[in-house]
Amino acid sequence: MSDTPIDSSKRTWLIATGCAGAVGGVATAVPFVSTFQPSEKAKAAGAAVEVDISELKPGERVTVEWRGKPVWIIKRTPEQLAELPKNDAQLADPKSERKQAEFTPPYARNGHRSIKPEILVAVGICPHLGCSPTEKFTMGAQPSLPDDWKGGFLCPCHGSTFDMAGRVYKNKPSPDNLEVPPHVYLSDTRLLIGEDKKA
Amino acid sequence: MAEFKEISPNASAGAKLTNWFENRFPTAFDAYRVHMSEYYAPKNFNFWYIFGSLALLVLVIQIVTGIFLVMHYKPDAAKAFESVEYIMRDVPWGWLIRYMHSTGASAFFIVVYLHMFRGLLYGSYRKPRELVWIFGCAIFLALMAEAFMGYLLPWGQMSYWGAQVIVNLFAAIPFVGPDLALLIRGDYVVGDATLNRFFSFHVIAVPLVLLGLVVAHLLALHDVGSNNPDGIEIKGPKAPKDAKGKPLDGIPFHPYYTVHDILGVCLFLMAFTAVVFFAPEAGGYFLEYNNFIPADPLVTPAHIAPVWYFTPFYSMLRAITSEMMYALIACVVLGAAFGVLKGRMPVVFKGIIAVAAAVGVALMLAIDAKFWGVVVMGGAVIILFFLPWLDCSPVKSIRYRPSWHKYVYAVFVVNFVILAYLGVQPPSPIGERVSQVGTLFYFGFFLLMPWWSSLGEPKPVPDRVNFAAH
Repeated sequence: MSDTPIDSSKRTWLIATGCAGAVGGVATAVPFVSTFQPSEKAKAAGAAVEVDISELKPGERVTVEWRGKPVWIIKRTPEQLAELPKNDAQLADPKSERKQAEFTPPYARNGHRSIKPEILVAVGICPHLGCSPTEKFTMGAQPSLPDDWKGGFLCPCHGSTFDMAGRVYKNKPSPDNLEVPPHVYLSDTRLLIGEDKKA
Repeated sequence: MAEFKEISPNASAGAKLTNWFENRFPTAFDAYRVHMSEYYAPKNFNFWYIFGSLALLVLVIQIVTGIFLVMHYKPDAAKAFESVEYIMRDVPWGWLIRYMHSTGASAFFIVVYLHMFRGLLYGSYRKPRELVWIFGCAIFLALMAEAFMGYLLPWGQMSYWGAQVIVNLFAAIPFVGPDLALLIRGDYVVGDATLNRFFSFHVIAVPLVLLGLVVAHLLALHDVGSNNPDGIEIKGPKAPKDAKGKPLDGIPFHPYYTVHDILGVCLFLMAFTAVVFFAPEAGGYFLEYNNFIPADPLVTPAHIAPVWYFTPFYSMLRAITSEMMYALIACVVLGAAFGVLKGRMPVVFKGIIAVAAAVGVALMLAIDAKFWGVVVMGGAVIILFFLPWLDCSPVKSIRYRPSWHKYVYAVFVVNFVILAYLGVQPPSPIGERVSQVGTLFYFGFFLLMPWWSSLGEPKPVPDRVNFAAH
């Protein structure tokens, strides 16, 4: 080190210049980081999807794509519907009370989580980490499932299980039930997914 | 500027040329001396010391094959899968380059895991090599990022759903998570935007970071000198040296270890090429079968698992259920109680511990297990960075530690392998329990290390390294 005394005025200016430079550097980073955001094109995509469910038979499922995600439309059998209330004790959130704005629109806040009791409309993406659960509608013991299985869904990634209303069982990685997307019946057999209100 | 050296006009043409360069670029000649011909490495290295050089070799293989793959690959969600198949079927010898790259990824992790385990065995992270270890851990982290982003590029089912799961991990962070995940994906689901940015990161951003870290790792290593299986300093003030000050227990890296490493390289390449030619998929472990199906955003394959090298950490992620949270809370409470009651420290610190534990428990109850799963998975890697300060054994090398330490390390390795195995398997109730116990052991191994590593009577450490001339 030299013995020259510290020129405090020079040091002040060095600090000031350094700070000004840092501000400039950070400001320059803004446009770069901004490019990571979804593009205008990606934001514009995501229109509602219309589905004809007249061909759907009890116990069947159709999958449609909405905003790049699978949306399931399932026609439940009367037996499956009858089992639903019996599951409540084993479910994490049987009444769909958690994060309602995100997962359950007002018209699905009921025991069957749907507008029409037999038709379930749900986003087929596990709220845990985004895998698409597999349908396990057959009742009874089978691999990866409890012996008293009453039908529902199993997420292949982390083992979350859901009942026939898309409600998650207790002690599973998924904190929430499957999302019910905004949807509306345009007629008895025509369903619009992605919007709540008839145009 | 260095002094300009004149050379006799009668010198050979080769000597004149060398002199010409030495006068104009002395740095290169100095670097050769410092890092090769006059870098003294301990003479008692055993086979564990081959994996550093091998890691460098695999890095070169990955960079060279990667450059050639980029010439034919198309980072476009509509064309990516097809272009990989095009490389495999239509590009002359493309299959070889691609299999070298895919096998190289797994080989990289095998070599790096063994390299890290060597460090663990012989205390290579202990003072003064803490930074060497930290740079190494950063390399491991960068390697994980590199492997993860590279795995999306073939745009198969496993690529797609693997990326979907890992990106959604970030969404579990409270408050900023969902926006952060959106920023990473660049779309509301993993899509073309994600593929393009991962391509950019995989081929340029992360490799640059990786290379910089490798340089830092090697420079720091050469500054402090290599450790050895005896954990004895060969360059310390007490170490025996010859008249010129060169360590008696050291030999120049070049030619001794360069030639020595060629043997390791030959053995490695025999194994590597055997996999490349005869089992490039390695039974679904190096290339997963589901990844031969193009990505389908509407259907998750029946069984998804990450590639083998991520599975120990993936098991720990899966182990954190809301039930497991109670076990973790119990651990935090017990740890804090022990610290407050038994710890020898001022009351202020005890107060801080108690408050931190209370806040921790409150957060653990308030935030979903999903988030803590992510914390545990990240923590399992981050905890490695702290190893130099967790190990409190009076000796470095396993050779002079109490014999039972070997069993602790053996159980640690077996536990890691079991976690890796469970991560490949579909979820099951028994697997979940085992992985929960395994997770607790993994963290217990590190967090309790200050305690257990200082227990027992170490064996006397000799003054000179153990070495028998061949």
